[in-house]
Amino acid sequence: MAVLEQPGTTDHPNTPPPDWHPRTDPDPLLPERAPYRVLGTPTASRLDPALLRRLYAELVRGRRYNRQATALTQQGRLAVYPSSTGQEACQIAAALALDPQDWLFPSYRDTLAVVARGVEPLEALTLLRGDWHNGYDPHIHRVAPLCTPLATQLPHAVGLAHAARLKGDDTVALALVGDGGTSEGDFHEALNFAAVWQAPVVFLVQNNGFAISVPLEKQSAAPSFAHKAVGYGMPGRLVDGNDAPAVYEVLIEALRRARSGGGPTLIEAVTYRIDAHTNADDATRYREQAEVERWRAHDPIALLERELRDRTLIDDEGIREAEAAAEAMAAKLRDEMNTDPVLDPMELFEHVYAERTTQLAEQAAQLSAELDAEEEGSPYPESQER
Amino acid sequence: MTAPSATSIGRKPSTMAQALSRALRDAMAADPAVHVLGEDVGTLGGVFRITDGLAKEFGADRVTDTPLAEAGILGTAVGMAMYGLRPVVEMQFDAFAYPSLEQLISHVARMRNRTRGALPLPITIRVPYGGGIGGVEHHSDSSEAYYLHTPGLHVVTPATVADAYGLLHSAIASDDPVVFLEPKRLYWSKADWSADAPQEVLPLGRAAVRRTGSSATLITYGPSLPVCLEAAELAVAEGWDLEVVDLRSLMPFDDETVCTSVRRTGRAVVVHESSGFGGAGAEIAARVTERCFHHLEAPVLRVAGFDIPYPPPMLERHHLPSADRILDTVARLQWEEN
Ligand SMILES: Cc1ncc(C[n+]2csc(CCOP(=O)(O)OP(=O)(O)O)c2C)c(N)n1
Repeated sequence: MAVLEQPGTTDHPNTPPPDWHPRTDPDPLLPERAPYRVLGTPTASRLDPALLRRLYAELVRGRRYNRQATALTQQGRLAVYPSSTGQEACQIAAALALDPQDWLFPSYRDTLAVVARGVEPLEALTLLRGDWHNGYDPHIHRVAPLCTPLATQLPHAVGLAHAARLKGDDTVALALVGDGGTSEGDFHEALNFAAVWQAPVVFLVQNNGFAISVPLEKQSAAPSFAHKAVGYGMPGRLVDGNDAPAVYEVLIEALRRARSGGGPTLIEAVTYRIDAHTNADDATRYREQAEVERWRAHDPIALLERELRDRTLIDDEGIREAEAAAEAMAAKLRDEMNTDPVLDPMELFEHVYAERTTQLAEQAAQLSAELDAEEEGSPYPESQER
Repeated sequence: MTAPSATSIGRKPSTMAQALSRALRDAMAADPAVHVLGEDVGTLGGVFRITDGLAKEFGADRVTDTPLAEAGILGTAVGMAMYGLRPVVEMQFDAFAYPSLEQLISHVARMRNRTRGALPLPITIRVPYGGGIGGVEHHSDSSEAYYLHTPGLHVVTPATVADAYGLLHSAIASDDPVVFLEPKRLYWSKADWSADAPQEVLPLGRAAVRRTGSSATLITYGPSLPVCLEAAELAVAEGWDLEVVDLRSLMPFDDETVCTSVRRTGRAVVVHESSGFGGAGAEIAARVTERCFHHLEAPVLRVAGFDIPYPPPMLERHHLPSADRILDTVARLQWEEN
């Protein structure tokens, strides 16, 4: 057997430079070689039935939510909707793994994670309906606003986690990002800060194969997104994103490590965006239907249902119950969305600063006069007097 | 001699999007140094389809789907330009150009100056900008003031289909960096313009008088031009004959066309949809006042978006300058009779 000589391990003149010493051992940080799975493996039998049933009900609800929101775009009730059908397990299992005091930092596609965290289904759609930029108070469920500029929420998660640790709280931040978002500079900066500060934060990359039309191979040449962790000095985990209990387990472990002072983790969940980028996108321009079908056959809900049925943890009645609950949620959401929101244009000036500037006060008065004139039917106000 | 009209030869009118596409294609065909890069510009043809068909025609080496990173897109464009290429980069939406501002401000804008002219950067940065399309947060910004305040950049914005072609052509041909702002809500505006006819190439820095008038001058650009023209039509009933100047290029700035008009009419209103405070209109009003003071019958006024973060879609109409708001402002130009 040929033994390669390691620099510094012999009396060879190639001794290390002064003060050099090995830093982090990369081996324990490396992710698994293939995505971690539980469903369909022998370890599945030790899964808690209550957890499985809960995951199932939430996934069914999540899928119904996506379907309802997409329908609302067709009816003109939502400006746009980025569906996460196919990604229910990543988003929901991750959100359910959090403790109440933890914070979630979602990306724009992560409505299901936000709802799973407890935000009202309607409030999670405010941004996309277009009545305001964010529909919920972030403090109530500890959910940051859905973030559109990609990856920019990641440093926020690190900062919040860092602050919580400085205060002595056992709060962990979970930050979600897409495969495309990992290319942004903010991704790099966030991971580096997190590792250097040993911040209690968990990064979850939902690798759904595409950034709009751009496939993985044009996005990254890394062995996996999980491997990127090693370069920052944190552990990387690779998980099947369509295997809800596997996602849940990996998250629980990373959250526990973060909570106990063990620092950040980068998790890659391998999944697939079944629908187009949004209702406005035409995915046939850049991908083959056969690929979509292969992923449909690896459906997160079907995988979970099989496990539940095999272990007789659910029967037809249980499935009907889950579907009925999802249907009730969708019906309520539909009714709420079919009611026009009551909007006050004057609110545009309300939240810009803690105290309204004199300039904004003038502009608010101008709009108010215009609105009064609009009510009276005059085309333009005040022009006659001036 | 006038060119035959579209209807007379049975042509379909073209959109601004088509004119921009055509300008890119012609530039790429004419000069192998022209490369296009950005998010989704290749296979998809861009989210607004402006680069549609280019990857097929010119190949992936010249029309490149980049990783999702705007600083990287512009930063690599700098290196490509240093090596003799002429990159045209696409920022997917106005607000998503912000990660690239470090490269833009610290390098793109000042490389020529820093190197005493040795390293010019002929980069065109195409940015779909502005609101009025019902876009959610971060999809409707008007960021021209940031660019304008950065010496070394040209800032250009078309308001008509023909200008879209002529100005993009000149932007790509320019040896200086050009921020090329494409008004999103005019992408699908149509005009009697044909890619087959010989095209007018427009030098950067020339404003155009879109409507002649004698009462007052509306000075505007990009997405606000159609609103100003609408206001000018409505103003006729009020007895005002408004002139409308379309700047086309904010830098270089055409003082001459603007001041010639204002000296003649004696009144001016600047109109743009980006926030008023510290906006382009402030600069324009100051320049006009400095140069035309003795011809002015009234202070130069501005109609601009409010000084607020861009509103959500359901409220944006209250923010955007409307014809009514323009007329209300015109009414305040100290008319004697009123
Ligand atoms: C900084 C920034 N650049 C560009 C965009 C436009 N954009 C919205 S979604 C998207 C693709 C995102 O892909 P990915 O991160 O993989 O997430 P996914 O859409 O797959 O959930 C792009 C380019 C953006 N929102 N933010």
